[in-house]
Amino acid sequence: MIYERENETRSREDMEQLQIERLQTTMHRVYRNVAFYRHSFDSCGVNIERIKSINDLAFLPFTTREDLLKSYPYDMFAVPLRDIVRIHSTSGTTGKPIIVGYTRNDINIWTSLVTRVLAAAGITNHDFIQIAFKYNLFTGGFGFHYGAEKIGASVIPASTEDVEKQITIMKDYKTTVLVSTPGYALHIAVVLKELNIHPEELFLRTGLFGAEPWSENLRTQIEESLHIKAYDNYGLTEIIGPGVAFECEKQCGLHINEDHFIPEIIDPETLETLPEGERGELVFTTITKQGFPLIRYRTGDISSIVSEPCQCGRTLARMERVSGRTDDMIIVEGINVFPSQIEEVLLRIEGIEPHYQITLDRKEGVDTMEIMVEVEEEFFSDETKILENLRERIEREISSHLGIGAEITLVEPKKISRSTGGKLKHVIDRRDVLSK
Amino acid sequence: MIRIRNLESGYGKLRVLKGISIHVNTGEIVAIIGGNGAGKTTLLYTIANLVKPFSGTITVLGTDSTGLSPEKTVALGCSLVPEGRQLFPTMTVRENLILGSYPLMKKREKRRLPEEMERIYSLFPRLKERENQLAGTLSGGEQQMLAIGRALMSDPQFIMMDEPSMGLAPIIARDIFNKIEDLRNHGRTILLVEQNARAALRIADRGYVMETGNLIIEGSSEELMDNPDVGRAYLGKDFKRISE
Repeated sequence: MIYERENETRSREDMEQLQIERLQTTMHRVYRNVAFYRHSFDSCGVNIERIKSINDLAFLPFTTREDLLKSYPYDMFAVPLRDIVRIHSTSGTTGKPIIVGYTRNDINIWTSLVTRVLAAAGITNHDFIQIAFKYNLFTGGFGFHYGAEKIGASVIPASTEDVEKQITIMKDYKTTVLVSTPGYALHIAVVLKELNIHPEELFLRTGLFGAEPWSENLRTQIEESLHIKAYDNYGLTEIIGPGVAFECEKQCGLHINEDHFIPEIIDPETLETLPEGERGELVFTTITKQGFPLIRYRTGDISSIVSEPCQCGRTLARMERVSGRTDDMIIVEGINVFPSQIEEVLLRIEGIEPHYQITLDRKEGVDTMEIMVEVEEEFFSDETKILENLRERIEREISSHLGIGAEITLVEPKKISRSTGGKLKHVIDRRDVLSK
Repeated sequence: MIRIRNLESGYGKLRVLKGISIHVNTGEIVAIIGGNGAGKTTLLYTIANLVKPFSGTITVLGTDSTGLSPEKTVALGCSLVPEGRQLFPTMTVRENLILGSYPLMKKREKRRLPEEMERIYSLFPRLKERENQLAGTLSGGEQQMLAIGRALMSDPQFIMMDEPSMGLAPIIARDIFNKIEDLRNHGRTILLVEQNARAALRIADRGYVMETGNLIIEGSSEELMDNPDVGRAYLGKDFKRISE
């Protein structure tokens, strides 16, 4: 179902008019209220009154993840803090995450955008939606929750209950819709099998999966093992959370909520805007957000865009499902991790060589992360207890700083194989997440 | 219905509008709110082609009306109720209305005049009662009704109103706003400029906030009413909190 017909089926001409109006007001607000943008536009010689069409976005400087990290905690906020009613952040429980703030109006818009996502997957007030995302600083849980309530469905905030409890809820509460990461859905499928529960004993018919990239293979696997139809959706905390783009029943790309976010595809090397259909880095400009507006934010996600209307009736442009990253960010169980964050944790621990290798794998649907770390020779001559203590300490630190569990293996110096240039490959991903 | 892109306009060397983009859909009431000197009146005058734009485009009912003569703009179905009514005080109500029928006369449709007059009188029965009275002797509210009535004589699809509540007692102003809603309910499209932001947003579907020739906020009326910036600057919301 198309939830906001007027907004989702505008003619291209009307959409562009709306986008330029909203872009212009946003430009004035960020220039007045956000020192970063004032400096950035002034130093690039950008006169914001010269922005007269969507194509003029190309004259504006980008906003990067680093810019946002530097603005910690509130420097990018465009309204007085008393107007902020909610705060979320990117992962990383200590260190410096990116903090985002929402005004009441931002929350209303977010809610309606998530409602579009759910309606497009055929969700109605008759559904029971089990949300298996964390309800915390992460935007997934709360984002879906509000949208699901707005559509009138019965929302089950199952959050991070363990998998057997999730299955009991699913069975007893008659859950019809599962919202989670695709990896977790697969995990549920595996455990169902172990418990000898046939999917037909459940009432599940639809799944909405996101927060990590996944492949068509995985979709088929999930659909077959849970007997559901699986929909992809896309969002990121910096832009708003879930609700940036979503699949309709035709499942030919993800419709971008263009009346709120203007998408662009750029060449991550030359930074030139790429023509429609070409693959490159996805860039978003928010045009209705009050609390945390962003101009040309480089997502690091690789995709392409087509604006041709979809058979479903929506005219919102579509992005191809994300096919990779421009940087070394990895996503484990929906949590974004940069190898540099792991390095930072390791460097704080004495006796560790800054040489490590992360191996990602998926066992029975569960993502696993193994980190091989080189430690100084002397540790190996001492009793094993010291080594064991060190190993436990690293595990603890990683878990408390990054919010993810990792299995640590300690090895002697130079044990991790280097490539011919002597360079160490920091990440080996054995999960088949992006193969088509 | 109306689509305006990057409109820049002003007087001589004075640049008042610095790049305004707005649209008004058929059957909508859209409010432009903002303080004194923001450029609201200049925007309406430029759309009515009483002021020539420096640059930008105006499309009215699918026709590019940028730089047309004021008469031709009225003939397109685009009419302005100016600030301060601008009536002819020594002429009667009836005569003032006839002056608004200029486009009809030009189209040699004089015979439609009585019909149009009846239409206005049914909307504003008070004007019929005062038909032969001099406009200058009417009360403020009646004068505003006459100004609206005169603008309606050309049977416009699109009506711009500049501060219709100005100088009126609150209860009379409410009357006028009700009439504006009636007009919309009868299929007219309305662009309303008001300093009385609260009253304007109450009847409007959407609104824009203008400051020093730029639009800085846009949204549905509910969104603007809830917007703390709009509240502080135009709705006097914080005033109560401060005085408490």
